[in-house]
Amino acid sequence: MNGLLLLIPVALALGLGGLAVFVWALQSGQYDDMEGAAGRILFDDPQPLQPSQPDQTDRSAS
Amino acid sequence: MSLAATVDAPAPAAAAAPAACPHCGEALPRGGSFCCSGCASAYQLVRALGLSRYYDGRSLRPGLRPPRPVDENLEALASHAVATAAGTASLQLLVDGLHCAACVWLIESALRQQTEVLDARANLTTRRLSLRWRGTAADAPRLAGIVQQLGYRIVAYDATRPAVAAAEEQRALLRALAIAGFAAANVMLLSVSVWAGFAGEMGPATRDFFHWLSALIAFPAVILAGQPFYRSAWAALRRGRTNMDVPISLGVLLATGMSFYETAASGAHAYFDSALMLLFFLLIGRYLDRRARGQARSAAEQMIALAAHPVTVIGRDAGTTRMPASAVAPGAVVLVAVGERIGVDGIIADGESAVDKSIIDGESLPMPVAPGKAVLSGMLNLVAPLRIEVTATGDRSFIAEIVRLIEAAEQGRAKLVALADRIAAAYAPAVHVLALATFAGWIAFVPWPQALLNAVTVLIITCPCALGLAVPVVQVIATNRLMRAGILLKSPTALERLAQVDTVVFDKTGTLTTGRLELVAGSLDDKDALSLASAMAAASRHPLCLALRRYWPAVPAAEGVREQPGAGLAIENAEGTIRLGSRRFCGIDAADTDDMAELWLSRPDKAPRRFVFRDGLRADAADTVRRLQALGKCVRLLSGDREAAAASVARELGIEDWRAQLAPDQKCAALAALAAQGHKPLMVGDGLNDAPALAAAFVSMSPAEAADVSQTAADIVFQRPSLAAVTEAIAVARRGAGLVRGNIGFALLYNALAVPLAAAGLITPLIAAVAMSSSSLIVVGNALRLGRGPR
Repeated sequence: MNGLLLLIPVALALGLGGLAVFVWALQSGQYDDMEGAAGRILFDDPQPLQPSQPDQTDRSAS
Repeated sequence: MSLAATVDAPAPAAAAAPAACPHCGEALPRGGSFCCSGCASAYQLVRALGLSRYYDGRSLRPGLRPPRPVDENLEALASHAVATAAGTASLQLLVDGLHCAACVWLIESALRQQTEVLDARANLTTRRLSLRWRGTAADAPRLAGIVQQLGYRIVAYDATRPAVAAAEEQRALLRALAIAGFAAANVMLLSVSVWAGFAGEMGPATRDFFHWLSALIAFPAVILAGQPFYRSAWAALRRGRTNMDVPISLGVLLATGMSFYETAASGAHAYFDSALMLLFFLLIGRYLDRRARGQARSAAEQMIALAAHPVTVIGRDAGTTRMPASAVAPGAVVLVAVGERIGVDGIIADGESAVDKSIIDGESLPMPVAPGKAVLSGMLNLVAPLRIEVTATGDRSFIAEIVRLIEAAEQGRAKLVALADRIAAAYAPAVHVLALATFAGWIAFVPWPQALLNAVTVLIITCPCALGLAVPVVQVIATNRLMRAGILLKSPTALERLAQVDTVVFDKTGTLTTGRLELVAGSLDDKDALSLASAMAAASRHPLCLALRRYWPAVPAAEGVREQPGAGLAIENAEGTIRLGSRRFCGIDAADTDDMAELWLSRPDKAPRRFVFRDGLRADAADTVRRLQALGKCVRLLSGDREAAAASVARELGIEDWRAQLAPDQKCAALAALAAQGHKPLMVGDGLNDAPALAAAFVSMSPAEAADVSQTAADIVFQRPSLAAVTEAIAVARRGAGLVRGNIGFALLYNALAVPLAAAGLITPLIAAVAMSSSSLIVVGNALRLGRGPR
């Protein structure tokens, strides 16, 4: 019985935490583009790619 | 071999299919590495930015716009950019051609490499790009130009108020869904313990404690998550009506209230879990329904936004400005380049050309035009640049006339009440009466809380869990399936109407045919004549010449060809003049006028040769018509084109019932006549002249290359070059309608069994939970069958 008194609040707090994170994610627009989000992981971060740097300088020199 | 050496010529790997342009993937018309200079510079740009992984990761799908750069003036974008605080500005754009994750990556990466860009985010679902940079609004055209150079068409996007409201509603529904889900799961956890405790040794104190805990979770959840239903129910009640949301709201609120009373009185049963599960299931249905509608609407919105092309106005100082067609005043002079659509109604001031007016009246042959001739907005300029003096704008233009006809037709069309709404109209009062009768029946024998509790179980158990999911789930699955096939449902009831169609009415030009001329008959055996004609035809952009080149391409262009607009081509050599052109231009007076499009080739000392052209049928037109006829649909043809052209298409496709030379209002009247005979016609058309008929039909479809007015008027827009979209949409609609009927039948059967039990007071919370979730699962499972199955 004492276990219940501890476990039930813990379970509820964890659930509420999940709910809060979901609502935060929803409000910050993370559910606005479900299709795009699925594909994004297939590509690197949109930064200039290091290996292509020499290529660029090479080309501008030619 | 260094990478640098491959910048100008595509690497061998990229050129695995040698006939395709390495940037846009389209077939190369005449050898070379790229199909056009735009693609060549796009390819170089991508490589120079170090983003050539795009070519490995992207997926080019036939039927979608290839990423071929267009040259549009973007200066107007500066006025759409919004200056934000602290020297930054932002811009929202619609991107045409954005259709895979690689596109998103390419655009975002290319923009973020610009030092002043703070944020670039492309949304694949809505095809929107939001851009924020350090600087002023004047930088907008340059930054947007990078995206255009990569091969995407862009237009400014200004969110409309309904679109913003719909997005906000979807978000609120999802939030409510999350709250209901959380609460339902946790309360169910507690409830299961209580139910298990009945068999074991759980004491009343523990049970009450669990009930109180449930109440603590359920109260805020019911208040927050139920709001979409309470609002809709309240709005209906205030207008003195009732809808499905009234028994839902009443059931949920009463169940929560009664359970609270039971808990306070230390009763054995609390229905918090039923109320929350009900909300959870219904919110799923509601959310899916809104999302499907939102997707279809935003897709339609995009198409219309992208279809609005600006026109080029020549100012007093001979400079040109690009502005929206609606802003042009009568009397202004507009320049129309070759291959551009005329954006205004007017009279030709200068230039001789031919225009394709198929979108206006279904005429498949180009019309020669010269100064003084009137032209209408929507015609396509084919041969030479034109200067047009604007005569009518606003509500006196031809398009405004068509829009008036559409509005009249829409008013005449009987409003279809969706099946779900019809059932709700009968169902809601029945549920109220049953619950009231239960209460009245029990009040004589038991104390009022017990009687009320039994009435509430009736409300809960009849609450349209299964009904609320029965229709939306099928709708969502059907909509998604069709959307994957490039078919967009614009109207929420389109699917339901499509399933009832018994007659299919086609337009000819651009619908059954491709709207592109093909060489079909004449001197096709005389290779010498064909080669000579093709060599001369290379000098002209006239559609007949282009068709000749397509049929017989492997001939180098002839030198020294003169073009006489509206008449033909001529070339001088030692023996005399060779002419390729109209009957009169070549000096032929043969009597066999059969009203077909033709070119004559006359050579000195040789018999003249004739080439006959026809608007080519879509590849699967015959197949589609045959399949529709096999389904028992009556297929008709209503064309604005000449008798001969319509008759030949009708004969070839086996359409017995056809009419030609119809004006827009006559088409509209023909549809109204069909409806008056009790038919339910599906109209498939693309031209401006079809738009009123599309609005008048029971349900209507239009291809994505159709005039934007027609796309607006149509219920369904299909984005594929093939007509199979018509049969596929009908097939999915029919299967969907079958599943909806099955689901509703099941839900009613379930109620027929459960209501007597509830009215008898035999439903405990456990039974209610099992009955509600199992019926919902069965309905959803049944609907999911639509996603699979034959294509």
